[in-house]
Amino acid sequence: MTLEKYKYDVVVIGAGGAGLRAAVEARDAGLSVAIVCKSLFGKAHTVMAEGGAAASMGNVNDNDNWMVHFRDTMRGGKFLNHYRMAELHAKEAPDRIWELEMWGALFDRTKEGKISQRNFGGHEYPRLAHVGDRTGLELIRTMQQRIVALQQKDQRETGDAEKNLKVFAEVTITEILKENGKVAGAYGYRRESGEEILFEAPAVVIATGGVGKTFKITSNSWEGTGDGHALALKAGANLVDMEFLQFHPTGMVWPLSVKGILVTESVRGEGGILTNSLGERFMFKYIPDVFKDKYADNPEEADRWYLDQDNNRRPPELLPRDEVARAINSEVKAGRGTEHGGVFLDVSKRLSAEVIKKRLPSMWHQFYELAGVDITKEAMEVGPTCHYVMGGVEVEPDTAAAVGVDGLFAAGEVAGGMHGSNRLGGNSLTDLLVFGRRAGMGAVEYVKSHGANPASDATIQKASAKIEAPFARTGGENAYSLHQELQEITHNLVGIIRTGAELKEAIEKIADIRKRSANISVTGDRKFNPGFHLAFDLDNMLLVAESTAKSAILREESRGGHTRDDFPGMNSTWRQVNHISSFDGEKVNIKAQELPALPKELFDLFDVHELEKYMTSEEIAKGGSK
Amino acid sequence: MARTLKLRIWRGDDKTGALQDVTVEANHGEVVLDIIHRVQATQMGDLAVRWNCKAGKCGSCSMEINGKPRLACMTQISAYGEEETITITPLRAFPVIKDLVTDVSYNYKKAMEIPAMEMPAGMKPGEPRMQQVDVERSQEFRKCIECFLCQNTCHVIRDHEENKKSFAGPRFFIRIAELDMHPLDILRNRKKTAQEEHGLGFCNITKCCTEVCPEHIKITDNAIIPMKERVADEKYDPVRWLGSKIRRREEVL
Ligand SMILES: Cc1cc2nc3c(=O)[nH]c(=O)nc-3n(C[C@H](O)[C@H](O)[C@H](O)COP(=O)(O)OP(=O)(O)OC[C@H]3O[C@@H](n4cnc5c(N)ncnc54)[C@H](O)[C@@H]3O)c2cc1C
Ligand code: SF4
Ligand code: SF4
Ligand code: FES
Repeated sequence: MTLEKYKYDVVVIGAGGAGLRAAVEARDAGLSVAIVCKSLFGKAHTVMAEGGAAASMGNVNDNDNWMVHFRDTMRGGKFLNHYRMAELHAKEAPDRIWELEMWGALFDRTKEGKISQRNFGGHEYPRLAHVGDRTGLELIRTMQQRIVALQQKDQRETGDAEKNLKVFAEVTITEILKENGKVAGAYGYRRESGEEILFEAPAVVIATGGVGKTFKITSNSWEGTGDGHALALKAGANLVDMEFLQFHPTGMVWPLSVKGILVTESVRGEGGILTNSLGERFMFKYIPDVFKDKYADNPEEADRWYLDQDNNRRPPELLPRDEVARAINSEVKAGRGTEHGGVFLDVSKRLSAEVIKKRLPSMWHQFYELAGVDITKEAMEVGPTCHYVMGGVEVEPDTAAAVGVDGLFAAGEVAGGMHGSNRLGGNSLTDLLVFGRRAGMGAVEYVKSHGANPASDATIQKASAKIEAPFARTGGENAYSLHQELQEITHNLVGIIRTGAELKEAIEKIADIRKRSANISVTGDRKFNPGFHLAFDLDNMLLVAESTAKSAILREESRGGHTRDDFPGMNSTWRQVNHISSFDGEKVNIKAQELPALPKELFDLFDVHELEKYMTSEEIAKGGSK
Repeated sequence: MARTLKLRIWRGDDKTGALQDVTVEANHGEVVLDIIHRVQATQMGDLAVRWNCKAGKCGSCSMEINGKPRLACMTQISAYGEEETITITPLRAFPVIKDLVTDVSYNYKKAMEIPAMEMPAGMKPGEPRMQQVDVERSQEFRKCIECFLCQNTCHVIRDHEENKKSFAGPRFFIRIAELDMHPLDILRNRKKTAQEEHGLGFCNITKCCTEVCPEHIKITDNAIIPMKERVADEKYDPVRWLGSKIRRREEVL
């Protein structure tokens, strides 16, 4: 077999919003760029995003600005966010949305003809730019078409559209190559033929998205196997905050085959209410103290809010996701769930059928086609589903450079820090654009000052040998069954509510699967062979699960996407700690690291009484760092 | 609740292949994609199929089910009778790579041939003001999930490989229409080039594309016909004579 080889300035792994935005930035700066993705071009996970992209444009309520958005993001993340990422995100998000419009995106409009913005959980003002409930499709298609536009430009100027910007679809990267301690490229295989492929490049941007497939019930597609998390670990980079996973409160629960599929938060943003099997609107019981002054404690006020947001508090259905997910979990555990183990979510009483079909068209379609439920007439049944990983590659906020590995960058869901312990809805889509662009800029700077770093034959052969291995074995373990075993463990022992004892059990069991997975064998040949593909994906998921379980067992408090039954409260001392995962070739190791303190000018954006709920008295006394 | 389902799945590659019979368990509420996954996990570890979202949003799982172009993730098995054997084959208009996976690169080539959006010079980010009614027409076409079912079903290329060179297909007619109706795009003559360079003239408005579109985009009524009408205003309408030269859609399977 002859090895397919390429040389580029930058290789971007991932064609979701983050990867495509990074690629555009690097190409615009004159570099040659390869975009590599596991699916066809335009199918990355970003396409599934529904609700919208958060940016404080202030089109609907002009009280909004980056400072309000920053505050909401920090509150949502329970102040565990890297402040600098949250700051950059809040400041730059509007420009990134307007830029999409210049590239052809058509968002829904306000009466004045501006981009319309909708309400979402945890956002003080209507802030989410959207297109019905298919915002992710608009984002990815716009970026895809922008890539094509740049290729057309290259075609006109050089006669070759793909000379300096090429998409390698249906290619899986299995290793980041390093030479002399620095990034030298990426290695992988074509899914279609099974043949191996080498990219030599001094800079690699990881934009591989999330890890949902590690869990049994998830809104993620097969692509969400934590590849970038594992690739980064194996390349010597760190992961931060891996204990924090977002369980979206509203996934479908019935029929079984669609369990986990997302029901967008816009349903609640548009006025959907949650009730239990007794007909109680239960969210009023679950407003935590830190949010009491922002959320209505009675239905009358909650209903008035939809008409007058300046003089009423918001309905508790719009609390941050972790709160709503835990509330639903408690209701079901207390025996007040629906027949299929969820709760009811209803918009039919507040909005007319016509408005529902217009504002939530894909939800209507999804329930009608897959569950036989007409949401303009009936309530939906919903329950928590594993949705988003807050943890990810530890990066320098301004450049998205991975800490510890020269030439490596990470952006989008695969990067950690931005969302702290819990992400607000809508903040991901703008995160992709803000930090995708910054990763592109970071890579450009790096390539300009470092130049090429070719990979040695020995390095390439080592990467190749790993791909051969599962075919060489016969009669070994089946990747599908090991994956199912892993999903059972994470679901039961590392899920929405955790305990020390269960996490300990999980860590042992994951180690056992990892041992057995070294013996996976594959049937069939290399050509488009899903069993072979899963063997690699599984290895990544195992590392992610190990990192999550090991970080979770150490964090003895409950915060955002990490709830410990044995340590139920939030603890200000723990807020100052990040868990950093690294990989020694055998196992994941965790160390505690101090969270960067809020600088004074950001500290001063908050009412000190609010900060007292999160910070220690020493931190408050200091009043932020210089 | 469980039932036993009889399937015939096409297995093979670009050289050879055949329909294979399988029997598999199915549960209430499952879709064809679930069944394929069960076959994959229990009987045919190397069965090739594309999918992503499992919710009709990404357009990856396009295939032909009992001869009809469909999304496997949106096709309920309850739509088929207890005794019925469900036949699952790859998209016919595109070359097979393996099993249910086809080479759809034709579509990406066509995307590259359509000139990108062109903004008015001097327009700055944040400046555009557009009314909802003005964006809605293009928004309908931007709902497209690129499942390529319309491309697969269009008789102009379904059985006529030779037409592919000069025919962009319904997916890209709506792309041209989208840009043509886009309030900010200033590139002129999109309708004319649709006719002259992208093969709009081959289309004889059979509406088969509209029928299979899972997004219910009115491809013919809202994109193709308006573009044709306005082209016809400008020059002699070739649809009629082309129509007679192209064979009617044949019965499939
Ligand atoms: C159903 C759903 C609805 C959502 N709704 C919203 C919303 O309304 N608002 C919001 O802000 N967020 C939303 N999110 C979250 C948001 O969509 C994701 O976090 C975001 O799209 C991730 O984008 P990304 O660019 O980081 O990666 P993705 O879009 O996940 O793309 C990852 C890319 O990496 C590639 N890749 C992965 N591994 C490899 C490998 N080994 N080799 C090569 N390529 C690889 C994949 O093929 C893919 O192209 C939603 C998520 C889901 C699942
Ligand atoms: S209407 Fe035109 S484009 Fe659509 S299937 Fe018929 S011939 Fe093809
Ligand atoms: S127009 Fe409809 S059928 Fe054609 S590719 Fe788009 S979504 Fe699919
Ligand atoms: S899997 Fe996405 S449309 Fe079927």
